[in-house]
Amino acid sequence: MKDGIAHTLRALHHGERRLARDLVAVSERHAGEHEVHHVATDLAAWSREHAGRLAEFAAADGLRLDDDRPEPLAGEAPEGLLLLYDLRALHLAATENSLHWEMLAQAAQATRDERLLELASACHPQTLRQMRWTDTLIKQLSPQVLASL
Amino acid sequence: MKADRIAEPWGDRTPYRRHGDWPSRVDAHLAEGVEPGAVQKWVAAASLLHSGGDAMDIAVVDGRMAGVRGRAADRVSRGRLGPKDLFGWQANASPDRLTRPLVRRDGHLVETDWDTAMELVTARTRELLAERGPGSVGFYTSGQLFLEEYYTLAVLARAGIGTNHLDGNTRLCTATAAEALKESFGCDGQPGSFDDLDHADVIALFGHNMAETQTVQWTRVLDRLAGGDPPRLLCVDPRPTQVARHATVHLAPRVGTNVALMDALLHETIRHDRVDHDFVEAHTVGFEELSERVASCTPEWAADICDVPAARISEAAELVGTADALLSTVLQGFYQAHQATAAAVQVNNLHLIRGMLGRPGAGVLQMNGQPSAENTRECGADGDLPGFRNWQNDAHVADLARVWNVEPSTIPHFAPPTHAMQMFRYAEQGSIGMLWISGTNPAVSLPELARIRALLAQERLFTVVQDLFLTETARLADVVLPAATWGEKTGTITNADRTVHLCDKAVEPPGEARPDLDIFLDFARRMDFRDKDGGPLIGWREPEEAFEAWKRCSAGRPCDYTGMTYDRLRGAGGIQWPCTEANPRGTERLYTDGITWAHPDDCESYGKDLETGAAVDPVEYRSLNPDGKAVLKAAAYVEPHEMPDERYPFQLSTGRTLYHFHTRTKTGRVAQLDEAAPEVWVEACAADAARLGLGEGDLVRVATPRGALEARLRVTDIRPGLLFVPFHYGYWDTKEGDGPDRGGPGRAANETTITDWDPASKQPLFKTAAAALTLVAHADGRYAPAPTTTASAPSAPGSVPATAGGRQAYATQDSGPGGTS
Repeated sequence: MKDGIAHTLRALHHGERRLARDLVAVSERHAGEHEVHHVATDLAAWSREHAGRLAEFAAADGLRLDDDRPEPLAGEAPEGLLLLYDLRALHLAATENSLHWEMLAQAAQATRDERLLELASACHPQTLRQMRWTDTLIKQLSPQVLASL
Repeated sequence: MKADRIAEPWGDRTPYRRHGDWPSRVDAHLAEGVEPGAVQKWVAAASLLHSGGDAMDIAVVDGRMAGVRGRAADRVSRGRLGPKDLFGWQANASPDRLTRPLVRRDGHLVETDWDTAMELVTARTRELLAERGPGSVGFYTSGQLFLEEYYTLAVLARAGIGTNHLDGNTRLCTATAAEALKESFGCDGQPGSFDDLDHADVIALFGHNMAETQTVQWTRVLDRLAGGDPPRLLCVDPRPTQVARHATVHLAPRVGTNVALMDALLHETIRHDRVDHDFVEAHTVGFEELSERVASCTPEWAADICDVPAARISEAAELVGTADALLSTVLQGFYQAHQATAAAVQVNNLHLIRGMLGRPGAGVLQMNGQPSAENTRECGADGDLPGFRNWQNDAHVADLARVWNVEPSTIPHFAPPTHAMQMFRYAEQGSIGMLWISGTNPAVSLPELARIRALLAQERLFTVVQDLFLTETARLADVVLPAATWGEKTGTITNADRTVHLCDKAVEPPGEARPDLDIFLDFARRMDFRDKDGGPLIGWREPEEAFEAWKRCSAGRPCDYTGMTYDRLRGAGGIQWPCTEANPRGTERLYTDGITWAHPDDCESYGKDLETGAAVDPVEYRSLNPDGKAVLKAAAYVEPHEMPDERYPFQLSTGRTLYHFHTRTKTGRVAQLDEAAPEVWVEACAADAARLGLGEGDLVRVATPRGALEARLRVTDIRPGLLFVPFHYGYWDTKEGDGPDRGGPGRAANETTITDWDPASKQPLFKTAAAALTLVAHADGRYAPAPTTTASAPSAPGSVPATAGGRQAYATQDSGPGGTS
């Protein structure tokens, strides 16, 4: 198996397991929020299943994912992967910002705060364009990077 | 009548009225001592040294080329030929043509036989495919081969190797034209026709030095200017081109600010309500957003950014706003400049909101630079899927897989095709292990040459170069394959207004040189590429069979060739696609009856964010444009990435001159053309030169953060603060051969250019860099080796000897009824 793909499988396997744990934690922390509580529980099962399928897939190629190795850090990735990891980080940061813009826009509508709504409406589309740019570059670069490492 | 066609590149006038027929004028040039009666046969072809597609016949005497003449009946040129056509053919017979394959042994290129060279190439390919997969192989081709060759290359790269690393040097010349058309009309395909030059009352040339890049069509403009009811011209160009000299309004904006200028023109058009609201309503989406975007873009606002008087911008807006038939043409001044696609799209927008499309005189010509750049695009040798199919549309991929009889998964379509600049990056990083370069010379034509040379010289990169001569790039190759060229092989080329011409073989290639088609077919045979039923993937052996195969691939697509045959092309004066059985005479204009290929199910592309290059989602495109109208895509001005500062106070633009083509591999070997512009030069305006104590002919150094070159200075009327250097000059005719002497000054313009490209079209930016200008040595009575007939004319008329070709440049011009054809 290519190093780049092995590394990404390992990262995703950790990610799915972490998301499963986080979904369960959120579900428990907000047991009184009934929709969050129930749906988050359901979605945690998806991620657990993903992790299992990833491990099974990797095992067939001789790669063990269910060991106790810590999650690979971006800095430890093969050199070519660093760019993809940096783009991933940018995408996630833009996604966070996008959600904050959305919160503010919703709040602005609720409080009829025209100034705030105008600000969010002006800026949020560019945040979405930042997300699309990182997504496009990841789509463009990852086949070459992952297949060549 | 004879004329020195180096001194008079456009020849004599044959004036005609608006809406009249452009009179024929048959130009011819025969080798010294050859009388017309001695010519044994005339073989039909079309120009190879520009995108005009001027039809011509090659004179053959005793198996050798002996001259050329135009064809009076041809729709494109009516018999005219430009200087490069009249004299360029002589390069075929250069004594230093490659005649045998070369392979690198112990660091040196040595002659070998075809079998050895091709086995080396196939062995390396197989090894890479086995070890690292199809993504380790890349192909970089040209805008100068024939349709049949590009199509064969596209099939073998896409479905044979299975790589998406396939691009042409059209990335440097016409990628923005294609992208701008996709953004506005959903699909590539030239909307207008050269015949629109006969009917327009205003011709707007945006960054298009037509006088030097398409000399014959400029002759047509000159003939209209000399006739009744002449057109008014708008010229947007920072140099004092012949176009600028003939323009009613000439704008010379600061380079890198085209979007600001276009937004101001759109602002004025909307403010004065010179908008065809019925057209906008019926055929476009996005008018509201465009209006909002340009609402604040007043001429005064743009004047500051562009450094052009606001009053001139208003005049330009009035010119394009009051035309009853507006023809716009766009070329490198937009395509190779900052915000390339965004600017070119605004020209489309101007036409869409004015309803200036699809009727005589009202059209857009997003131009090409090279003779068969159009074929590179339509055949998919630029990385796009053949026939303008959409790589993101599974139905299009399935349709292509049906034509090729392969599984759709055989055709890589998981990501956008890899553009040339990215391919060179992958080669630099090592993930591409083999680069096959055909018919182009990146070691002179790509930006930042020190980087490109180092990258190509890498031990781990296996480079195959297929060319006529031992170019700067070939010198760095592992295998060099000698190719036949125009006149020595048969195939079709399609010009910038979709006109298809057949070029027949006139003479044998020298030595063991082979047609590019034969080389690709030999490779495919040795690799034993198969379709899904085990049959040969590529079943053709001859050009005509390849053309027939392409017809099947083009069927039902915008560039439909199914109504053409080699026989019909031999008899016709050029045929414009689409051409079907039902429509055998071809199609003069696209979009005569609405927008045809923008529907979400049909479009070639869902578009991109013009500022970031991010892909538009198919679902988003569908919701934005459910009925397949033209998309009015607005763009905001963004400051160029590199602006002048104290250390590099000038802006630098590279470009071309009338007498040369690409990296001079042909034109530099032709006495008439070479002597007209024998060496590189740099242009600056009189005020800048005076301020620095510089004058005509001084040896100067042009430096940027990437590198430097030395050249003699020509003082012209170029815009203040701007330097211009022609990009044609490399090193093949210098002592070193492939680069500057160790530590010595460079000669190639691209020593200095920046590695930066337009996010949407991925076209490198050759026209927006910061540079310093310093004296090396005073002229001492010498002049800059720059033509005086063109944009490089001296600021003080008569101050330098006029460019002339003398006796050897005499050509006949016959404008009698019927000409001589």
